[in-house]
Amino acid sequence: MTFLTRLTGGVPARSLWCLGGLLMLLLVAPALLGKYGLSVLILVLYFAFVGQAWNIMMGFAGQLSLGHALYAGVGGYIAAGLFFHYGIGPWAGVFVAVAAAVAAGSIVGYLGFRFSLAGVYFALLTIAFSEFTRIAFDHWGWVGGSGGLFLKVDSTSDILNLRGGPLLFYYVILALAAGTFILCRALLESRLGRYWLAIREDPEAAQAVGVPVLRCKMIAIMISAGLTALAGVWNAFYYNNLFPETAFAMGRSIEFTLAPIIGGLGTLFGPIVGAVVLTGLGEIFTDLSEVFHISGLKQIFYGLALLVIVMYRPAGVWPWIADRFGFGEKQK
Amino acid sequence: MSGARLELDGIGKSFRGLRAVHDVSFDVPAGAINALIGPNGAGKTTIFNMIAGVYRPDAGSVQLDGRQISGLRPDLVCDAGVGRTFQIVKPFKGLSVLENVTVGALHRRPALPDARAYAADILMQLGLHDRRHQAAESLTLPDRKRLEVARALATEPKLLLLDEVMAGLRPTEIDVMVTFLQELNMRTGLTILLIEHVMRAVMALASNIVVVSYGEKIAEGTPAEIARHQAVLDVYLGEAEPA
Repeated sequence: MTFLTRLTGGVPARSLWCLGGLLMLLLVAPALLGKYGLSVLILVLYFAFVGQAWNIMMGFAGQLSLGHALYAGVGGYIAAGLFFHYGIGPWAGVFVAVAAAVAAGSIVGYLGFRFSLAGVYFALLTIAFSEFTRIAFDHWGWVGGSGGLFLKVDSTSDILNLRGGPLLFYYVILALAAGTFILCRALLESRLGRYWLAIREDPEAAQAVGVPVLRCKMIAIMISAGLTALAGVWNAFYYNNLFPETAFAMGRSIEFTLAPIIGGLGTLFGPIVGAVVLTGLGEIFTDLSEVFHISGLKQIFYGLALLVIVMYRPAGVWPWIADRFGFGEKQK
Repeated sequence: MSGARLELDGIGKSFRGLRAVHDVSFDVPAGAINALIGPNGAGKTTIFNMIAGVYRPDAGSVQLDGRQISGLRPDLVCDAGVGRTFQIVKPFKGLSVLENVTVGALHRRPALPDARAYAADILMQLGLHDRRHQAAESLTLPDRKRLEVARALATEPKLLLLDEVMAGLRPTEIDVMVTFLQELNMRTGLTILLIEHVMRAVMALASNIVVVSYGEKIAEGTPAEIARHQAVLDVYLGEAEPA
């Protein structure tokens, strides 16, 4: 119980009730929504999940990664490859996938942090690693090279091998997103989390008060990469196909960063709120461009919407909502 | 919390051929308050940075209670018992005042509630308790200086390095800080080494003063001795014109 009271300490009761209500609603949502609604909600949860994973690095520890597609790609490919070639199910393969992504994250992190690459220079390193992994996968026969890796589409429910319809994937991604939310809260309420915030604000001052900066940054990138790999595995089995061109695309890395930036960097709800806003806008603009028969309309409006949000809510949408509706944490 | 003895033995540091500090030696006895003074650019902050682990000395050694700390990383120097403030203040801007000090307290109190309670106690002593929920970036400069001291103290050091914490404070505020440091030193025996230009504070606090100029130690003694020391007067006031 002490763990629970620590996690909820200082949070207003109304926020907890709202959170509980939201979880209940999400649990019964498939019964209330149609096929289309469910697919949109799945997208929201997916972006909320990867957004939270990326937010640990950028929002908490202040390290800008623009190459997170690397971890999702590596994770997805390994789990899919193991299943495709050896019939090893994802529940087992996921451990290998996560371990590989964590190892990749450690390499990128060690090279960047050990040699004190900061800000955009570190970001460039993350892009570089993601890019040359893409090129390597393009030429790697085991994963199908640039021709891609395909899993047999199979909608008979086989939970043991993560095969099934949208409903299965919905509950898996819901569990991942909710679990990561609790993990993030626990991290922020721990010494490690506070050390991350200190590093984000001023690494030199942090080190002067005893924060082992390198170690803390390494843990951040390892946790973040591991979680992102989970998203990659889920994604691979949901869509059943993988191409280096998209799995490691720069655009995918950017996609991961949008929800937390729009929702509120470094906040717990930011990635979730951001995912709702972005996916919602994306769907609306897709419909609009179909109605008006103008292809590309979606991208233009999407870009404009992001611009407006960043201009008027630079700290993100969530801090503003929290302020307005009194969901914010009480000062202790 | 009790004080540790600091010994500098012939430390030196050059930056690309520029000799910032050369062969500086002095001791600060356990429980003493000493001052390090000198004109701007004399190398005082470089000496602090060598003690705190930011720079590795090119020569010589730094010892805390007989244990060599020179060459250690800053976080390990903190772990050994050295707390420091920054001349150009470095608050964790986006965090509240309380959270700033809590980060320091977490070093020896891993549980967040303990660290937070300890931090609140230190803020009370430094008169920042009323402002504990403000963002650190909203503080005035004197309060930021106090926050530097609070955060360093939260790590429970045995030696406190204060880099110009009086600069920018009004005379009454200086007196408050001086009284605070004296009481802290009396109560806990904490060793304090301060870099300071405010002579009012130096004279009131320091039992011993080390003077550096152009990277070298030129004098050492009690405040009364230093005030009459010819080399010090020359450095500060310019040499007397030959008659």
